[in-house]
Amino acid sequence: MKKSIDLINERVRDGNARVVTADAMPGIVAELGEDEALREVDVVTTGTFGAMCSSGAFFNFGHAEPPIRMERIWLNDVEAYGGLAAVDTYIGATQQSTTREDQYGGAHVIEDFIAGKSVELRAMSRGTDCYPRRTITTDLLLEHLNQAIMCNPRNAYQRYNAAINTTDRVLHTYMGMLLPNSGNITFSGAGVLNPLSNDPKLRMIGSGVPIFIGGAQGMVVGEGTQNSPAGGFGTLMVTGNMKEMSPDFVRAATMQGYGVTLYLGVGIPIPVIDLDVVRSTAVRDEDIAVDLLDYGIPSRNRPVIRKVNYAELRSGAVEINGEEIRTSSLSSYRKAKGVAELLKSWVEQGKMALVLPTRPISPETRVKPMHESVLGPRVLDIMDKRVVSVGETEEIRAAAQKLLKGETNHLPVINSNGLLVGIVTTYDISKAVANPGKATLVRDIMKKKVVTTTQDEPVDIAVQKLERHNISAMPVVDQDMHVVAMLTAINLGKLIGGRWLK
Amino acid sequence: MKLLVNFSKKAGQKPIIAQVVKDTGVLINVERAIIDSSEGEALIDIPDESCKIIKEKLASLGATVRVLEHGIILDETECVDCGACVSVCPHEVFYFDDQWAIRVREGRCVLCGRCMDACPHHALYHKDEF
Ligand code: SF4
Ligand code: SF4
Repeated sequence: MKKSIDLINERVRDGNARVVTADAMPGIVAELGEDEALREVDVVTTGTFGAMCSSGAFFNFGHAEPPIRMERIWLNDVEAYGGLAAVDTYIGATQQSTTREDQYGGAHVIEDFIAGKSVELRAMSRGTDCYPRRTITTDLLLEHLNQAIMCNPRNAYQRYNAAINTTDRVLHTYMGMLLPNSGNITFSGAGVLNPLSNDPKLRMIGSGVPIFIGGAQGMVVGEGTQNSPAGGFGTLMVTGNMKEMSPDFVRAATMQGYGVTLYLGVGIPIPVIDLDVVRSTAVRDEDIAVDLLDYGIPSRNRPVIRKVNYAELRSGAVEINGEEIRTSSLSSYRKAKGVAELLKSWVEQGKMALVLPTRPISPETRVKPMHESVLGPRVLDIMDKRVVSVGETEEIRAAAQKLLKGETNHLPVINSNGLLVGIVTTYDISKAVANPGKATLVRDIMKKKVVTTTQDEPVDIAVQKLERHNISAMPVVDQDMHVVAMLTAINLGKLIGGRWLK
Repeated sequence: MKLLVNFSKKAGQKPIIAQVVKDTGVLINVERAIIDSSEGEALIDIPDESCKIIKEKLASLGATVRVLEHGIILDETECVDCGACVSVCPHEVFYFDDQWAIRVREGRCVLCGRCMDACPHHALYHKDEF
């Protein structure tokens, strides 16, 4: 059996369509069976509410007198794109204020406009014959703009990998606060309610399909950036009229130590036209698995600790090596459910008609990593190969002499096999000399916990280590802990303009 | 009730909280303490009826004492019920009710401040400056 979209729309118009939220569908299918569920249910509404960093809005301000072609534009001190003509701009949600840093950004401008607050526009221009004006400052309300069109390149991620941190320090990431030593797990996504998880083959979701966005009716533009449905990580580009949105579903936020983002509600109604739709909308939290990644490793290829599904994540704790680790959601399930419920009421009241995609999105697409024509600098490129080291059983005096002779303030300490076992600095030696006590050998005063780097480590990661440990040099070691070179703050100066140093 | 105690640590001085326990016989629950070489701050929980005597005793030993009336407070207009605060709190102050709305067990809070950093929506604050 199949149901035509026209039949479904007829029922919507007559006000007798059966609409259910996506979390109810698994139960309905289990109870009635697939065939009966197809007969019974006309529309499944989905919803998600969480951080959608890749969001923003186009504005048109109307022309000033005399007119200006705006080249640099700020809204409440948040810079907006000046590369569009005259009085158009695009503001990105994560752009931070020039005055309030991560406490205010593009997302806040969007929220303030929607909440009815006044926003200050400042703009500059060179001035031309047709657009003579060079500066403008004016306070604007949303109603003053000709258009305010939210258009988000990458929203409604199908799922999101969960995060954990095995290092011994707190990490502040776009996955929120990660406690040290696997102290917690964070995750994001609406699972059973997520739009794309209910249509992973993209049969019902594509260009032109009507959606709920920020409390308004909008539509799917097409595939989102970084779309990767073949791997289970589909995204959508979506749009909607900001003038019809509600602050209940558009919320600016700051991820501490990461930056500004926009929390947004997006929902899509899925017409139940055949058994495949019944099956795909019967998806449960248990069926949606993601990787739990170790964010302690600062690489694109983070190690996978294990697979987890949304049911486990939402239960409040996940077991790892026999230990229960508490979880935190970053997206709001309650709000996601609110989106799906509101969308359900719209369809029930005949306020939204169902539409099949006017242009499909391929479910085969897979994301590629960046093509890097030039590798970023590695420690190898700038390290100092002249290593002056000291044996652990040498006398402190010998170390002092080496420091005096060399141009270094750091002496790696090696054992009889030539392997790194510690480090001493000018400071350690001066201290030992100034307070002569029992210590006579280098190993008595060396620091045993040595922060090290390797030749192929990217310089940016090495710099982070130096900054984090507040040190100015590190031994560069090979696999066996032989010291092959030193990396010092002076070496970093070799990089053009010292760009790698804060 | 909870008291926030600040003291400077002079050389040779006895541990101030141990001293108060010894002198008053009141059991003090230390919920949080940051003590370095020269000064310290501790959040203690004591039976309400002993408040006066403990405060006086601490004051006589040179500490400044403030009563903390509230734990962490949730601003419902800012909160979106995400749950980012749930797993970072060492005292399990936050939990979801059956509607997936966040709930706060204020009495458990020791005002460590961690959740305030973790909340993306600035929805958590406290009334007592600390
Ligand atoms: S301040 Fe600390 S103890 Fe209190 S609720 Fe927040 S995290 Fe928990
Ligand atoms: S982290 Fe903040 S917004 Fe999220 S549930 Fe907790 S208090 Fe509410």
